[in-house]
Amino acid sequence: MPTTPFSPLGADLLSTLVFLPAVGALVLLFVPDGARKTIQGIGLLFSGATFAVSVLALLRFNPDLVGSEAFRSLMVDRPWIPRFGIRYLLAVDGLSLSLVLLTTLLTLSVLLVACGQKIDRFKGYVAAFLVLETGMLGSLVALDMILFYVFWEVMLIPMYFIIGIWGGKRRIYATMKFVLFTLAGSLLMFVAILFAANVNAQATGIQTFSLLDWVPAALGGAWGLTPRSEALLFWAFALAFLVKVPLWPLHTWLPDAHVEAPTGGSVILAGVLLKLGTYGLLRFALPLFPNATARYTPFIAVLALIGIVYGAWVAAAQKDMKKLVAYSSVSHLALVVLGIFAVNATAVSGAVVQMVGHGLTTGLLFMLVGVLYDRRHTREMADYGGVASQVPVTTTLFLIATLGSIGLPGLNGFVGEFLILGGVFKVSVLWCAVAATGMVLSAIYLLTLVQKVFWGPSTVAANRGLTDMNGWELAGALPLIAFVVILGVYPAPLLNLVKNSVESIVQVARVRMLP
Amino acid sequence: MTFPFPASDLLVILPELVLTQLALGILLWATVVRKGREATLAWVSIASLAAAAVLIPVAARLSGPLPRAAFGGMLTLDRFSIFFKVLVLLATAVTILFSLKFVGTSSYPGGEYYALLLFSAVGMLFMASGTHLVSIYIALELMALSQYVLAGYFKRETKSVEAAAKYFVLGAFSSGVLLYGISLVYGAAGSLDLGDVARSLAATPRSSLLGVGIVLTASGMLFKIASAPFHVWAPDVYEGAPTPISAFFSVGPKLAAYAIFARIFFVGFGPRAGDWAPVLAASAALTMVVGNVGALLQQNVKRMLGYSSIGHAGYALLGLLAYASGTDARGENFGLWAILIYLAAYLLMTLGAFGLVVLLEAKGYATESVDDFNGLSKKNPLAAAAMLVFLLSLAGIPPTAGFVGKYFLFSAAMKAGWPSLALLAVLMSAVSLFYYFRIARAMYLVEGEGELRWREEPAVAAAVAVCVAGTLLLGILPQPFVALAKSCLLP
Repeated sequence: MPTTPFSPLGADLLSTLVFLPAVGALVLLFVPDGARKTIQGIGLLFSGATFAVSVLALLRFNPDLVGSEAFRSLMVDRPWIPRFGIRYLLAVDGLSLSLVLLTTLLTLSVLLVACGQKIDRFKGYVAAFLVLETGMLGSLVALDMILFYVFWEVMLIPMYFIIGIWGGKRRIYATMKFVLFTLAGSLLMFVAILFAANVNAQATGIQTFSLLDWVPAALGGAWGLTPRSEALLFWAFALAFLVKVPLWPLHTWLPDAHVEAPTGGSVILAGVLLKLGTYGLLRFALPLFPNATARYTPFIAVLALIGIVYGAWVAAAQKDMKKLVAYSSVSHLALVVLGIFAVNATAVSGAVVQMVGHGLTTGLLFMLVGVLYDRRHTREMADYGGVASQVPVTTTLFLIATLGSIGLPGLNGFVGEFLILGGVFKVSVLWCAVAATGMVLSAIYLLTLVQKVFWGPSTVAANRGLTDMNGWELAGALPLIAFVVILGVYPAPLLNLVKNSVESIVQVARVRMLP
Repeated sequence: MTFPFPASDLLVILPELVLTQLALGILLWATVVRKGREATLAWVSIASLAAAAVLIPVAARLSGPLPRAAFGGMLTLDRFSIFFKVLVLLATAVTILFSLKFVGTSSYPGGEYYALLLFSAVGMLFMASGTHLVSIYIALELMALSQYVLAGYFKRETKSVEAAAKYFVLGAFSSGVLLYGISLVYGAAGSLDLGDVARSLAATPRSSLLGVGIVLTASGMLFKIASAPFHVWAPDVYEGAPTPISAFFSVGPKLAAYAIFARIFFVGFGPRAGDWAPVLAASAALTMVVGNVGALLQQNVKRMLGYSSIGHAGYALLGLLAYASGTDARGENFGLWAILIYLAAYLLMTLGAFGLVVLLEAKGYATESVDDFNGLSKKNPLAAAAMLVFLLSLAGIPPTAGFVGKYFLFSAAMKAGWPSLALLAVLMSAVSLFYYFRIARAMYLVEGEGELRWREEPAVAAAVAVCVAGTLLLGILPQPFVALAKSCLLP
């Protein structure tokens, strides 16, 4: 039994990390609605403290442990419902830790930006993001399948309200679509979890939901699944995650949700929630069902390739800035999925780096579009044009984020895309070629966006008085920009952090693919 | 003539005896209580229920080791029956809390209302411990007859009368079917004692007489738990009956009916489980679909909750099915265990949701559309948050009691070899989220128009608060309750 590491905050570090934001939301319950300053303070205090705890976790984490040992450094393992072998099992490896840091950073940024903008029912807004953060962090660190499922569903409710209360005109339609798509997928996964637990119990005689027990049992052949049941289980898991990613043709909820969501909602949705889909594939679907993964890789790869080109193509036709960025996410995430299903160390590392990178750059893009929207209440590109002279700071940051998203060398997008394409090339030259066109197209539509909105002559009179980013918004955006640049110039720390997790995922997924 | 049973048998039914006496006393007392002072009657009724609850452990202690059979095997006091008795008393007490103002401000007398509720509770207590088809039937009728009257309690309201008439005619018919089924079983098994029936069924070959008997008995039971294809009465009755009574109907009688359903089919018809399981499987599938799809189309919250309770009856049938499939490799039978956990969760979340409907009622009668919830989150954030907890729990979203209940039911179905039904149940849960969230949407996303009609009722609010606490506690720390339910299974 691993010992629970000491934490300065009394409880263990990972529980503190997960529940600190929820405590913040609870504290907010006792604050009067109008006390905006106090609400700001509490929101920033708790999200800031959560970020600090995640940094502490990074410092405490030992990236040199490999295989199943990798989770040991911060593991918390307690019985929850012992009668059924359901455990309160939290642990991180390099993969989850990198996404944990992304989550805590983005949430803090979102709340900083929110402080600088006018938002109705501000208390509820902050509280919703804090609860959402607990759900996201819990999903990332839970290794017991039931616990994971609980956190996975907990994410749904705050997002429902974020889109539904603070969203645009068609918010109710958008939020319902989001919830139903996601829920349909995750309920399928729930059945699969129960089924797999049953298989595991029959095979090993132990009732457990711990992934750390499942993976060795599944790999050792103890599960003895028929190809058909393995395929069904794989698809039940994969669908839940692919809806979240979202992979073409399951993506239709995303543009609606993004367009209607408030700025912060879009940032978190694109920055973290979509990554949880790819995270789920890497963490659960691949290691548990290596044979089915191998069997369906070509199929999913084709969907991913379609998604890359389709997303880019549709993005190029958009007039609405948010819709354009949303479709660019469909394209970019499809590239990540392609990288994951290439199942080699290069491509999977690239996929993880790209997950973090996309979280930063797309988060930024939505944030900056939100800055413009806050001033002008329109997302149509035609309503802008030549605003660079009015908002030079926004323009600069937007350009950096765009270039990062396109994959300009020296910014973080390049590292991920390059590694993915390099890894995919080893598997299939054709896939690589098609995927690369996605990158070219992304340069076209994103630069067109910049050109139409920021450059050129200033034609719209309403933009005359446009004000640039205020201090809060800058405070939210600058850290993200910093990481876009740092991880682009020197990605080694991130690659080192995820190296061992990627190795073990790739090895595990390869074990049974070899004849 | 002498009393043919040992006097100590009376100790076994001590809670029921005392509650009956108190209910009769209330009925008498009600004749001299003026309208407007009837709240006293309600509090005395609650005290009577509390007295009965306190007497349950006393009866268990005094009457000897459990399980203790009494009256020649007519009734048995065991932990299984105690589990249901406690839940039934709780449901009745909460119903009375809901009724306080409701009955107080109506033009109908309150005395009989409370007395009828208590009589109905007595019937349910007897149902929980009935181990003989005759005692079960009599208890069932005591419960049902009280309820027919309660459904039509607002006797000058057309809808209430319609509800009562429907409930009575269909209920009486289903009782007839049940009784006919019982008589056929008697013909085949030669006994009405459930233990004897089981022994006899194990020894006799399959026969059409027995088959028809079992199917008819099942039909009667399915009616009582409002399962398809015997569910059509439920939405109408729920809509027409006074709201506290709708709350009561969706919880109390269902719990009691599940108790006898489980007892008759597991103890009595257990040896024939392979024969009746497919019948229940078909009904479970149909019930889940009809209940959840039906609820999609409803605008009236009470009707929606009515259909949703049909859906929940379908989920719970999965537990009966799982039980029928026998024990797993570890010698454990999940099915009944899952039902107990689920029913407790169901009680908390359903009563809570109905409690909020009671609070929301303006005229006190059947005006409760989904739109009435519009903008609730701004006008009363606490109430909206409470309703949200119940809705999430009803939809089975963690971390709530509903999720834990569904987890146990679905994994029981999975273990018992009904993965397709578990899958259907999960899909229907997704459908259910759609209609439950219509209320969430109204509360949080839609602006309310005009004044929100809201009644201040501390008693109801307190009952709702207890339900919220229970729903969350059972969802986050289920272990103690799970262990408790485990000890209350049938042998």
